[in-house]
Amino acid sequence: MTRTRIQGARILDPLSGRDELGVVDVVDDRIESVGRESAALPDQVIEAAGLWLAPGFVDLHAHLREPGQEYKEDIETGTRAAAAGGYTTVCCMANTDPVNDTPAVTEYIQRRARESGAVRVRVIAAATQGLRGEIMSEMASLAAAGAVAFSDDGSVIMNAAVMRRVLEYARGIGRPVIAHCEDLNLRGSGVVHEGAHATCCGLPGSPAEAETAMVARDLELARLTGAHLHVAHVSALRSVELIREAKAAGVRVTAEVTPHHLSLTDETVRSYDTNFKMAPPLRSARDREALREGLADGTIDCVATDHAPHALYEKDVEFTAAPFGVVGFETALSIALELVREERMTPLELVDRLATRPARVLGIPGGTLEPGGPADLVLVDPERVWKVESARLTSRSKNSSFLGRELRGRALRTWVGGRLAFALGEEGPA
Amino acid sequence: MKHLLGIEGMTRAEIELVLETSEAMLEISQREIKRVPTLRGRTVINVFLESSTRTRVSFEIAAKRLSADAINVTRAGSSLSKAETLADMARNLAAMSADVLVVRDSVAGVPHMLAERVRVPVVNAGDGCHEHPTQALLDAFTLRQSLGSLEGRVISIVGDISHSRVARSDIHCFTKLGAEVRVAGPPTMMPAGIEALGVKPCFSMEQALAGADVIVMLRIQQERLDGALFPSVREYSRTFGLTQRTLALAKPEAIVLHPGPINRGVEIASDVADAEPSRILDQVTNGVAVRMAVLYLLTGGQT
Repeated sequence: MTRTRIQGARILDPLSGRDELGVVDVVDDRIESVGRESAALPDQVIEAAGLWLAPGFVDLHAHLREPGQEYKEDIETGTRAAAAGGYTTVCCMANTDPVNDTPAVTEYIQRRARESGAVRVRVIAAATQGLRGEIMSEMASLAAAGAVAFSDDGSVIMNAAVMRRVLEYARGIGRPVIAHCEDLNLRGSGVVHEGAHATCCGLPGSPAEAETAMVARDLELARLTGAHLHVAHVSALRSVELIREAKAAGVRVTAEVTPHHLSLTDETVRSYDTNFKMAPPLRSARDREALREGLADGTIDCVATDHAPHALYEKDVEFTAAPFGVVGFETALSIALELVREERMTPLELVDRLATRPARVLGIPGGTLEPGGPADLVLVDPERVWKVESARLTSRSKNSSFLGRELRGRALRTWVGGRLAFALGEEGPA
Repeated sequence: MKHLLGIEGMTRAEIELVLETSEAMLEISQREIKRVPTLRGRTVINVFLESSTRTRVSFEIAAKRLSADAINVTRAGSSLSKAETLADMARNLAAMSADVLVVRDSVAGVPHMLAERVRVPVVNAGDGCHEHPTQALLDAFTLRQSLGSLEGRVISIVGDISHSRVARSDIHCFTKLGAEVRVAGPPTMMPAGIEALGVKPCFSMEQALAGADVIVMLRIQQERLDGALFPSVREYSRTFGLTQRTLALAKPEAIVLHPGPINRGVEIASDVADAEPSRILDQVTNGVAVRMAVLYLLTGGQT
């Protein structure tokens, strides 16, 4: 039995509402006590004055690329990057090769995660076979194998009748459907947000309505079916309004936003830097403002990274030819902290959006500091300044929108089930 | 100037320097022996990853009239993404000891991305729907031959503004030189936020051409029919084609430009294209002079 005592930190636990200086004792893989000091003598003491201690973050949207695209990322490198960002649970999307639309692939990913994962991995399985948007996958079998949600992600289910059946069926087995809302016809060849910046730099644009029209459709289908719809990476002002209205009307909808959509706008595409190319695209300053407001007021439930690693040589091509997506595990906390510094959210609310609510959206364990619960913890220095450099990113791919930027705030240590999954060295991770 | 990537990034003084230098270059082109030794021993590589005849030949002639060695690199299929990264492409071109790279690509931003990766000057010879700066410079040069100054002139650009790099470069160039610019076409061909470029969008020829000093007609690409931007060539021609009737909407002395190649009977009627107001062939002649000026200023002209 090993007792680790973390003392002096500001303890942030949204579920209990606790926000106070205190002591947390971890015994082996469990949290033993929170707040008050235990009489027992610790084996190890961590002095954490000036730091925050929070439940480890939970990411509902990531691409770990294993199996099939290990040159971009694999479960080991991806989960190490997640741990470096303060995450203790990540959910991986189904667009692997082969696609995760069978229990065999779901089980394979979970086995690889047990063997090589630095953090817990939960599996999101395909909603339709082969992500083709035609015939639903064997959702009941996939759920039995461990799938926590279903999504075709960027392979949008364009046929509303198929989407309806997917939602109905998923409802029956008690799992949410995660929707990447983008009308692919309306998007057309668009690679950036349609507007003055796209027009000036001559890149094909996709209007915000490519997203909002699909959000509206899926909200109507969620209303029709009573299913739990989770809207992935909301990017547009009008989507936030639609989700707010639907929540008020009692539709079972939750939503996430990425750090890059919270932080950046379509002005960035003027550089032709493909590390600003993702789907949905970065939108206007008005959209970004609505996302920040939506996250702060709880319309948007959580921050999710949409961590999407791509090799340098895949991104170092013409803008239109480059794949969509950017990495996000290691910068998410720093970016989300901007909202706390701007006093848009309290630290407790921030932890809620990064850890507590995402766990509740999927109904999975984690996201809280419960005595007796697993010791999934993160120690955060909210003031630590660091520079995003490709050599210092843990992810196998370096396609970050924030390369070269100085960011503030980062995870210093991450424990998964009491095991130290990440510790920031004085010089940062190698 | 280190590179010529777009008109947007140029100052009025830089534009005027190119136009003034072009005057001298035009004189060279009118000599019996059309060659000066200015760029002897220099190598200009024309990297044309999207097919082009007119612009490539124009750059090639421009380089040769200045005694530079002009080499053309083309790529069937053009998508370098499948075979090679931009960094590899840049390394290979640099390894050929180029003094200037002239780059044409079907994707916006490729000249900029190459310019960040090579040490030699890059000239954008047209990138996707973004810019075609030498076209705008030769258009301005041609207009100044007829009009003297562009200050206060009304210039209407008609056609598929969304997909036109010529329109974007012309807009930047003409507005910087003091003209009032209108853009016209069906709303399906009008890009979002075009007003941000300081122009007025018009949706009819009546609106666009009333009081215009200059009409720039853009080539209509029939393949845009696939994108359902207009119902038929016939209807386009009736609503936005330049004919004697629509030409009469502009000022009596109005002049007509077209970046070519023209679709006779589609965006421009033959009797307009071949008549007095048209400066279409002057544009081609001036194009060589303007490109000579650009090559000169980016290499030998730097002191």
